[in-house]
Amino acid sequence: MIKYILRRFVNYLILTVVATVFAYIAASLFFFPRRRYLGVNPPIPEDSIDGILSAYGVNDKDPVLLRTWWWIERVLFEPLSQKLGQDLNGDWVVLEIISRAGLSLRLLLLGALLAAILGVALGVWGAVRQYKASDQFVSYSSFILISTPTFVGGVILMIVATNVNDLIGFQAIRFTGPSTPGIDGFFPQVWDGFVHLLLPTIALMLFGAASYSRYQRSLMLDVLGSDFIRTARAKGATRNHALVKHGVRVALIPMSTYFAYSFGTLVAGSAFLEIIFSWEGMGKYGIVAVQTSDVNALAGNVCFTAVLLLFSSTLSEVLYAALDPRVRV
Amino acid sequence: MPEPLLQVKDLTVTFPNSRGGVRAVRGVDYTVDEGEFLGIVGESGSGKSVSSLAVMGLLPSSAKIDGDITFRGDSLLGMSDRQLSRLRGREMAMIFQDPLSALTPVYTVGQQIQEALTLHDKNLQKRTAEKRAVELLKIVGIPAPERRVKAFPHEFSGGMRQRAMIAIAIANDPTLIIADEPTTALDVTIQAQILEVLQKAKEVTGAAVVLITHDLGVVAGNVDRVAVMYAGKLVEKGPVDEVFHTPRMPYTMGLLRSVPNMLTAGKERLVPLEGRPPNLAELPPGCPFADRCPAVQDRCRTTEPELLAELGDGREVACHRADEIAAGTLKPNDIFPRPPHEERELKESDTLNPVVRAQDLVRHFPLYKGSVFRRVVGSVKAVDGVDFEVLPGETLGLVGESGSGKSTTALEIMELVTPQRGSLEVAGKDVGTLSKAQRLQMRQDVQIVFQDPMAAVDPRMPVGDIIAEPLTVHKVPRAERTRRVLEMLDLVGLAPEMTDRYPHEFSGGQRQRIGIARSLITNPKVLVLDEPVSALDVSVQAGVMNLLEDLRDRLGLSYLFVAHDLAIIREIADKIAVMYLGRIVEYGPVKEVYETPRHPYTRALMSAVPVPDPAIERERQRILLTGDLPSPTEDIPGCNFASRCPLFRMLDEDRQARCLGEDPAAVPHGGSTVACHHVDQIGQLDDVDISALSPTGD
Repeated sequence: MIKYILRRFVNYLILTVVATVFAYIAASLFFFPRRRYLGVNPPIPEDSIDGILSAYGVNDKDPVLLRTWWWIERVLFEPLSQKLGQDLNGDWVVLEIISRAGLSLRLLLLGALLAAILGVALGVWGAVRQYKASDQFVSYSSFILISTPTFVGGVILMIVATNVNDLIGFQAIRFTGPSTPGIDGFFPQVWDGFVHLLLPTIALMLFGAASYSRYQRSLMLDVLGSDFIRTARAKGATRNHALVKHGVRVALIPMSTYFAYSFGTLVAGSAFLEIIFSWEGMGKYGIVAVQTSDVNALAGNVCFTAVLLLFSSTLSEVLYAALDPRVRV
Repeated sequence: MPEPLLQVKDLTVTFPNSRGGVRAVRGVDYTVDEGEFLGIVGESGSGKSVSSLAVMGLLPSSAKIDGDITFRGDSLLGMSDRQLSRLRGREMAMIFQDPLSALTPVYTVGQQIQEALTLHDKNLQKRTAEKRAVELLKIVGIPAPERRVKAFPHEFSGGMRQRAMIAIAIANDPTLIIADEPTTALDVTIQAQILEVLQKAKEVTGAAVVLITHDLGVVAGNVDRVAVMYAGKLVEKGPVDEVFHTPRMPYTMGLLRSVPNMLTAGKERLVPLEGRPPNLAELPPGCPFADRCPAVQDRCRTTEPELLAELGDGREVACHRADEIAAGTLKPNDIFPRPPHEERELKESDTLNPVVRAQDLVRHFPLYKGSVFRRVVGSVKAVDGVDFEVLPGETLGLVGESGSGKSTTALEIMELVTPQRGSLEVAGKDVGTLSKAQRLQMRQDVQIVFQDPMAAVDPRMPVGDIIAEPLTVHKVPRAERTRRVLEMLDLVGLAPEMTDRYPHEFSGGQRQRIGIARSLITNPKVLVLDEPVSALDVSVQAGVMNLLEDLRDRLGLSYLFVAHDLAIIREIADKIAVMYLGRIVEYGPVKEVYETPRHPYTRALMSAVPVPDPAIERERQRILLTGDLPSPTEDIPGCNFASRCPLFRMLDEDRQARCLGEDPAAVPHGGSTVACHHVDQIGQLDDVDISALSPTGD
């Protein structure tokens, strides 16, 4: 089994490398970082621009494949923090990723966990009470949530929070950035962090749970009519016992893949949530990289996401094998 | 008189739908006494499973249940799920049909048996439960139970899973076990084992058993009393011998006469029971069997007969003419006369050239490993060197358990390509030498009829197009196609106006007739029949079998008839080839092989087939095979049957060594060819002590 997972890991690793290199080539082909330095007043001499771009390794006068080779060389031989080069702000991409990924994780982890738990619970509940009023209610609410764009939902939450703040007369719920500057002391800081997390967590939980519950409901419905649930009841288990111990356990198996991937990519950020709540996370980094034609930052971003996918795919294999004895070799 | 264990009174189950509801069970009454063995027989859709699920309280909540079910005097219908679940598994247990899906895939077999114990005894120590689980597996005959208890269901074969199910059922010493088609999904040799285990479970627990099945043979050998169910009602009930020998309800008579009996098959024709059970959603007034009953009278169409015990001899019948039948003035032979036996003229076989001749035919499927660099790590020896021939106008029956390679052999003929090894000749031509055009031409000569008539036709195509399709491939003009379709419909006994209808409007038997019509439209010389009747209900099997016999004799067809059912092969075939793990172990004329089977596997197979006759069934000696079919990927140096061979265990060491070391070749014995080293010893199996051979955990 371990051999099997290792083999899968190596497969994914090759894919990761290929994906990142392709991303670098694509970004080099389509981005035009020189534009940033053109048309400014006073004009920068072309030699200086070439100098700046060459220092970043993104001079469009060098052939794309040569630049790609340099990039690969850097990745292979530079010290870790400098492996992915500098972005156009002059920051080392690796260091930037580390600080932003931590922030994204903080923003998203709790919400994603709650979303998974709530989603599974609602999905199972809906399946067991199929077509009853409660199931219909959960279904329709999920559909509305799924079809609401994230930023609309986020803005609505912010409006509600503002109204709540107005109503009680002081700023109980804060939602700009990860913390309020100028707060001292451990407990006040923790409390401040919590207050800032409240809205993003609620948003993520609702949106996540809505789609999780759909998957879980249909998986559970498949399992509900199974013969083994009938067997469990024939042994003397009550309906609920049989459904939870035998039904949910089996219905969770396919969900594990979904969980692994969504948790894995959590650190890669959720661009919309980060922009709405003004967090400088990974999602925002990627968007800014595209906007500013920042080849190194984007390649770093893609590389990071690919590595995350590498780990989450492996995690999903491990989870699947842990949950389903039939795939263990 | 003591109170019966289970009493079902006027049980009605309705599944509501938009048009009022389907009445799956319509007023069923029966009782089960302590320790009794009751059989409930019926075709699919007769309501036999639904009524037993109602007893267990396991019907979906949408089902509307009326009437009364009392267990030891307590009414079950009013009980809550919690109250019922205290009875289920402890007092009454159930065994289901499909052992492949009835166990939860993610828990070990041991955990699932232990759950049955701990659910009813919260204080039970884990250790004790584990021990008990091992004991239970031992009782149901699972070898090496200490190891197997930790195995997951997917590591068990079908027969072993069903044994595990029985272990779960008897875990708490129940007083009632309901077995719902417990052997239908299993091979006949495994069926014999499971029925044995069920009998043993009954002895160990002293429980009453309700055995629900469509197989009259299974009922005949096991139960004390039998109830026949039709269209949601019991139509006849009584002691098993009396019901089988003097059936009083025409449906029972028809059923008994339509089932081929392995001991008598081929001597007299089967009696077809035409038509199909009524639609329970729109039941017409009167007796539900009236439309199919040859003895129908006017009153049968207006009032439905009740199940009555008028004659006071312990038998109950729901028929208006029961008194005439009981008095002997209306005999089964008058109601369902046997069709006249048609004389067959088989030409002198020496002068004929076979239509199909296979020599040393091999089909191995490679097993791969690795996802990036795939490499062959072994092979599944589906067909491993078989020789046979089919003469014009003759039927060769190919029998064996699932996994024996019989279907692969049939498909190998259909493929018409050079075999991996050996040679295949069809209509005198070696298929390896055919050009592409010749091969297309030859496809007209070889046609196939599939097992599941519904799955084998496109549900969105009208029947006329389905039947004509082979002709469109061979570019036959439209007018000619239409003419041929009508001819075929007439040939298989369907009305010409049916061409525009769709498959779902037909019954199973009719659909199989459509499949036969489609295969005959190209005027084939050979028809490959891959289990053509095994997906059909027993009552309609006979009609299709008779049709196949008539067509063969009228059109001079040759059949390669693949089946697992030995009775059906005896009914239709001239020669039989018994397959085991990709080999033909015995091959010869039907009469000879059935009367003097020379291979121990043939013996075991034949003794495992239940016969629908209680008196014979009780007398019969069973040779039980131990264990399951070995994996076809294994390399077995000697005889591949040695691991399960009942004869092998009776031989002396020298002889055994030969079995293990030398692969037996097929050698002529009398009129048959047998692949066994010790044909001369086969007599030892005649006087075996069954108990010595029955599988106990070793």
